[in-house]
Amino acid sequence: MSVNWFRFSSPVSFYPLAGAWSYWFAILAALLAGAGLVVGLVIAPTDATQGDAYRIIFIHVPAAWMAMFIYLVMAGWSALALGFNTRLSAMMAQALAPTGALMAAIALWTGAFWGRPTWGTYWAWDARMTSTLILLFLYLGVIALRSAIEDPRRADRACAVLALVGAVNVPIIYFSVQWWNTLHQGSSISMTAAPKMAMTMFADILIMTAAAWCYTISVVLARVQAIIVERERGASWLESLIDLRPKGTH
Amino acid sequence: MKARHRRFAWIGAGLVVLGVAVALVLNAFQSNLVFFFTPSQVAAHEAPTSRPFRIGGLVEQGSLKREPNSLTVHFLVTDTAKTVPVTYTGLLPDLFKEGKGVVAQGTLGQDGAFHATEVLAKHDENYMPPAAKDAIDQAHRNKPEAMPSMHEAAQ
Repeated sequence: MSVNWFRFSSPVSFYPLAGAWSYWFAILAALLAGAGLVVGLVIAPTDATQGDAYRIIFIHVPAAWMAMFIYLVMAGWSALALGFNTRLSAMMAQALAPTGALMAAIALWTGAFWGRPTWGTYWAWDARMTSTLILLFLYLGVIALRSAIEDPRRADRACAVLALVGAVNVPIIYFSVQWWNTLHQGSSISMTAAPKMAMTMFADILIMTAAAWCYTISVVLARVQAIIVERERGASWLESLIDLRPKGTH
Repeated sequence: MKARHRRFAWIGAGLVVLGVAVALVLNAFQSNLVFFFTPSQVAAHEAPTSRPFRIGGLVEQGSLKREPNSLTVHFLVTDTAKTVPVTYTGLLPDLFKEGKGVVAQGTLGQDGAFHATEVLAKHDENYMPPAAKDAIDQAHRNKPEAMPSMHEAAQ
């Protein structure tokens, strides 16, 4: 089977595809998040040492993973935008930044509320938390840089460079708990070893992660549609697809 | 070589250079990036003596002593090789327990004791229901020579 992927690098063919995917991934995200919350809040067993406070991980861990992963995807689209000089790649990077910032903020916020009852503090300047805070600032920096530059094509390039430079932070976050002494515990889940948690807990983290993936895909594709409409306004293909004129003027 | 290949080569080269630079910087700041010092480092005089720092390790089994009618506690922090006595006045976090991880901030006194101003519990990466924990504790009681670490039990 051969698919001409470059066909979808054009906003003309990508716009309807994004709309359809956004719709179905939104439904999937709602179903998965509903199931994940029921398993996480009702079915999963209480933790032996932390009690019920541990249930924050069902939000915290997927959000933290998503924040790191979205940054890598954003950097990947940025590299494509710089290399191929394609508009849609830059639009994808632009669409990912707010959701990435949201995920980083959720990870930090839920982490603080988990830290208070378990560690005894909301915040500590350890390597894991500090580098995650830097991740949030990188997202906010990318968003701010785009708003600061008038010409969208110049903004694309500037944001792409910033996103690529910031990508070195992601491995630092991931390996911080191995490289340095941190207050944050090591990974309970890794690719190479059995998860260090009860099976139901582990399964529910996977369900919630899938929900976070679907939510991200749905929201980012919807946002990319809005960006296309904003940046391609006046293009004839767009006006044949959707009527942008105010009601009553035609 | 097409123009876009050259652009990708520049992006790749730039990321490699950046990665090496960051690696060197992080390596140079290694000692500033640790959140706490271990008792062995304190014993080897690697920890600062003039300013406050954090010490981390396990609370030694059976070492926790509370002074009557006060919030002052004494306990030993160990990394199984060395131990440091710690004095602290205040509320301890819920997860503070003998045999569990702890990070304390404070200063090292002339007497070799660590005077903590803040004590945090360091949770490990294991999450398990109470029944599973009871089973592991039971197994340890039957085999007292085994290390009392859940981490190793899980591997």
